[in-house]
Amino acid sequence: MNIFAAIGGVTLALFRETGRIGIFALNGALSWLTGPFYWRAFASALLRIGFMSLPVVGLTAIFTGAALALNIYDGSARFNAETFLPQILGVSIVRELGPVLAALMLAGRSSSAMAAEIGTMRVTEQIDAMSTLAVDPFKYLITPRILAATIALPLLVLTADIIGIYGGFLVSVYALDFSGAVYIRNLDEFLTNFDVISGLIKAAVFGFLLALMGCYYGYSSAGGAQGVGSATRIAVVTSAVLILSANYLLTSFFVDF
Amino acid sequence: MNEDMNAPTQKIAIRNLCKAFDSNEVLRGVDLDVEKGQSLVVIGGSGTGKSVLIKSILGILHPNRGSIEIDGVDITRLSQRDRRKFTDQVGMLFQGAALFDSLTVWENVAFRLIYAEGKSRKRARERAVDCLSQVGLAPEIGNLSPAELSGGMQKRVGLARAIAADPQILFFDEPTTGLDPIMADVINDLIVERVKALGATAISITHDMASARKIADKVAMLYKGQIIWNGSPKELNNSGNPMVDQFVHGRAEGPIKMEVRRA
Repeated sequence: MNIFAAIGGVTLALFRETGRIGIFALNGALSWLTGPFYWRAFASALLRIGFMSLPVVGLTAIFTGAALALNIYDGSARFNAETFLPQILGVSIVRELGPVLAALMLAGRSSSAMAAEIGTMRVTEQIDAMSTLAVDPFKYLITPRILAATIALPLLVLTADIIGIYGGFLVSVYALDFSGAVYIRNLDEFLTNFDVISGLIKAAVFGFLLALMGCYYGYSSAGGAQGVGSATRIAVVTSAVLILSANYLLTSFFVDF
Repeated sequence: MNEDMNAPTQKIAIRNLCKAFDSNEVLRGVDLDVEKGQSLVVIGGSGTGKSVLIKSILGILHPNRGSIEIDGVDITRLSQRDRRKFTDQVGMLFQGAALFDSLTVWENVAFRLIYAEGKSRKRARERAVDCLSQVGLAPEIGNLSPAELSGGMQKRVGLARAIAADPQILFFDEPTTGLDPIMADVINDLIVERVKALGATAISITHDMASARKIADKVAMLYKGQIIWNGSPKELNNSGNPMVDQFVHGRAEGPIKMEVRRA
């Protein structure tokens, strides 16, 4: 009998949550424009999100590039198009796999860490304590992280692009008997600046999204250890889903460009 | 709602303060006055709304109705920005100390000086060491991380952090909870000493009667979201209020019924 109330309740809750995230996102995107800006917190976020993620992103990239080279070779051999391997691999890495895989790794690594750290600060009253010390917790905890992730991810993806293509190069040259010089020349002639730049724009959007999710769910977590645990889980899942769906939207926009 | 005449000595005046979370009414019309330089202790059982009361005064929670006047200005009607100016003069010791575990002890104490007042790290550090010595901690403690400290030391660091910017109003949320009786007394002494030294107005919430008697100039009892009694600590023993009597003597039987289900 209360089925309408139930549907209405769920719908309202959905809109309420979307609205909250929207306001949080707007604050996160604009809050660095007005002072104060906490440079120290920003530098430490940049170090943790960017620099410390290099090993995991590099490993992801090199193995993906290597496996991709084998798959492209095997597939394109069916219609005698093996010579296009460097071009296909280059486009796949810089336009698609570099940004998406690096962002997914960072969702697992940084988004979860943000949700857990900020969530623990929330439930142990550290965030309340910060506001009694006349420092806006949003500006100290959220703004630096969102900005750092938005800047760090494109840089990480640029690194991942290079390492991924190098992974493909290693396999092509040492396992598939390509000439190294031809591989590099083909790639260089074929890839455009826009291929790379569109990937980096994607990366900036993904970085913003994954930091936003980590911060939002951490900041609004409640209810002790269990609350922090579920905030972390939801942050990672929503980051991944948002990254993948935003990737489709951005790709469809870029291919028409 | 609010048409009281403040005496000029009134630092904080709360009128008909109500706060509900969804359908759960926590504060149901709290009236409370604190004079300048007075130390008020709010006693009451768990879940009677003590923390909600303090967080409303701090501006962390927004009350549904009623007014909170600090120095004659109703802070519930101010914008976030203007309210901050009023809450800038407060310091608070949290129940679990709530130290920032990503920072060292001295950075915790100096947090406000560095990040809100823009002092240099060197000068802020000197002040932090000074505050640590005021709560009986050696300067070397400053280099440790909060996780390396015992509960009593964390509370003292929390107190040092609360007083670092010379606040005019201090809040203490269950300052002695979780401490052994001797350390609890040390904290009580420190609270009395520091509040006096600053000339600050203090509001504490506690259910530790020994602590309440020691630090209070005035005691108020919160029960079911309302102030049911207030008076001096001496009057506690013969308050004439059966509920206060039951609480002060810690009896399970009396007008206050705990919801305990027995098998």
